[in-house]
Amino acid sequence: MSTFWSIWISVIVLGTVFGCWWLLYATRKSQTTDTETDRTMGHSFDGIEEYDNPLPKWWFYLFLATCIFALGYLALYPGLGNYKGLLGWTSANQWEAEMADAEDKYGEIYAQFGKTPIPELAKNEDAMKIGQRLFANNCSVCHGTAARGQVGFPNLTDNDWLYGGSPEQIHTTITQGRMGNMPAKGVMPSMTNEQVNQVVNYVLSFSGREKDAEAAEAGAQVFAQACSACHGPNAKGNQAMGAPNLTDNVWLYGSTYEWIKETVMNGRQNQMPAQEGRLSDDQIQIVSAYVYSLSQD
Amino acid sequence: MSTVNANLTYNYKVVRQFAIMTVVWGIVGMALGVLIAAQLVWPSLNLDLSFLHLHFGRLRPLHTNAVIFGFGGSALFATSYYVVQRTCQARLFSGGLASFTFWGWQAIIVAAAITLPLGLTTSKEYAELEWPIDIAIAVVWVVYAIVFFGTVMKRSTPHIYVANWFYGAFIITVAVLHIGNNMALPAGAFKSYSAYAGVTDAMMQWWYGHNAVGFFLTAGFLGMMYYFVPKQAERPVYSYRLSIVHFWALIATYVWAGGHHLHYSALPDWAQTAGMVMSLILLAPSWGGMINGMMTLSGAWHKLRTDPILRFLVVSLSFYGMSTFEGPMMSIKTVNALSHNTDWTIGHVHSGALGWVAMISIGAIYHLVPKLWGLKEMYSTSWINVHFWLATVGTVLYIASMWVNGIMQGLMWRAVNEDGTLTYSFVEALEASYPGYFVRFLGGVIFVVGMLLMAYNVYMTIRQKEAVAEDNAAVQAA
Repeated sequence: MSTFWSIWISVIVLGTVFGCWWLLYATRKSQTTDTETDRTMGHSFDGIEEYDNPLPKWWFYLFLATCIFALGYLALYPGLGNYKGLLGWTSANQWEAEMADAEDKYGEIYAQFGKTPIPELAKNEDAMKIGQRLFANNCSVCHGTAARGQVGFPNLTDNDWLYGGSPEQIHTTITQGRMGNMPAKGVMPSMTNEQVNQVVNYVLSFSGREKDAEAAEAGAQVFAQACSACHGPNAKGNQAMGAPNLTDNVWLYGSTYEWIKETVMNGRQNQMPAQEGRLSDDQIQIVSAYVYSLSQD
Repeated sequence: MSTVNANLTYNYKVVRQFAIMTVVWGIVGMALGVLIAAQLVWPSLNLDLSFLHLHFGRLRPLHTNAVIFGFGGSALFATSYYVVQRTCQARLFSGGLASFTFWGWQAIIVAAAITLPLGLTTSKEYAELEWPIDIAIAVVWVVYAIVFFGTVMKRSTPHIYVANWFYGAFIITVAVLHIGNNMALPAGAFKSYSAYAGVTDAMMQWWYGHNAVGFFLTAGFLGMMYYFVPKQAERPVYSYRLSIVHFWALIATYVWAGGHHLHYSALPDWAQTAGMVMSLILLAPSWGGMINGMMTLSGAWHKLRTDPILRFLVVSLSFYGMSTFEGPMMSIKTVNALSHNTDWTIGHVHSGALGWVAMISIGAIYHLVPKLWGLKEMYSTSWINVHFWLATVGTVLYIASMWVNGIMQGLMWRAVNEDGTLTYSFVEALEASYPGYFVRFLGGVIFVVGMLLMAYNVYMTIRQKEAVAEDNAAVQAA
């Protein structure tokens, strides 16, 4: 901040503290007695009078003590504009120090597993106990404590993968995150309501659940034009772009006619946040192995 | 009684109206509080109807608006209009404008009750109402200031009584806070965007938010305290000198305290530090008010045995002293690191809201109602006593359960395993909180039962005598 604002802040902060201090002494100075008195101020408001009692001593010193504490604190910590404080403390360096402490204390526990290949790590019981805890802390909010997912968040135990289930692919997903994006009506913005109905029936027909066979048949044409660029001509999906396989009856969003229609009409946006920087490389290795282990039985 | 001008009449009509609405909004707002407390115990009570979403997220702001502005606001209007007239020996500056503030304020609370369940919100805590309602609040508030200060100006007493300093500071500062925090760009009739961005917006919000507590719920109610405690105890105020120091120190430091809501956030360190040290300095000025109220009773302590109204007033001061000790402690960064985002905060707020604000308002209303309707006393004094115990037990259950929950949550959230991972998931801490949520619900039910008893007592009192021609000061009991 500029020097002006730094001075402005210092003046009003110190002004408030010393103002309290002055008020306290100025009022005490005019006291006429040190002990409790029966004398009133001589005014009466609707019958209410006020005694001319002195400030209670313990209260006076309590007030003074908080002012002194405040001045001491302002000398030690950043509070007066650009002044850094004698201790050099900042909330950022407190955080950095705590993270460094944690690294000292726990880093080794993770380091012993960080270089082990994922398939091997997935069989290591100790590593998987840690992996489960890391998963519970960092992943379960969306994927669930049992990793079975929920609407919009994939089940990680069913060996059906949007971006691939190899150790490397899982590691990449966790490290870099993923951005899923299905555009509304695929790549065919001109899709009519009738065509939406047709393509939804066509998609349902992969799992033998079409409502209208005729529409489903017509839908093949719409699918080829609007959807196959990502989901492939056979609707088997494409892991390179995270386009789901539509023929396996595993659904990220709902599987009913209404759900699929909504997906086609409005598209879907989905995000898996990148963990790089949030978790250490060693931790990512362990949690990748844990996720890998969930579909290895 | 000092000098009474026999020809002077007070405007009690608007005081009567606000007094009744204090009870009405108290019951509505607190019943809503019980409902949302129940929703946290039994989630299936979150009703999601196709046309209306009556779940916690929509009802919680309605609860806070109804109790703070409906109940607390009506109590402040009622008592300030009463106190300013009697201590200035002057009739309200303008009956028409006073009446406008009554109907305007009620319309605003009704507008809140309609718009908040519909999801129309700015998402700023305690300032959720959208811009057209904000403008209405500003207009009503300016008129309130005109009526109040107009009355102070035409007073026939040489000095201004301390209660009016506090009411005056509350009225001026709330106007500044409300207008400052709600600056926004409208984007349609019920949608707006804040004029501030990012951390500036957060700081403005908590500058406002903490002073909703500091000025609306503290300075205003201290004004109430300075009239009703000495009046009910029939004793002089303990120390005029103390009232001067704690008044100026309180209003000077409270405006700084908002930063303590944003500890360990993107708020620059200097602002967090300033927020913390000013919050600590606030301890003594806050206690100044408590001491002045409590010590006013010296020589009159025996009255507590027979007068449940005085008991309400004195216990409210105890809760005030307790929560104004707790507040500065919670503003210390290291304590805040444990307490922030836990139920401890909710407990702290309610020891102020139920213990201090509600109890002193209830005491004041019990003092007021007989006087406003020209009667000697309330319909049933023993019911006031029952209400006192219900309110006290309800408040204690509420606070104690939230202390236990809050500290437990704080400890569970920071517990780590030997590999540095968190011991408990969020859901485990939530599960452990259920018993506390139930006790809190129970405390709320007990408090609301007391309010219903109050409503019946007030109704029976008023029914005893229709208010006719009671507006002559000569026959108004003091």
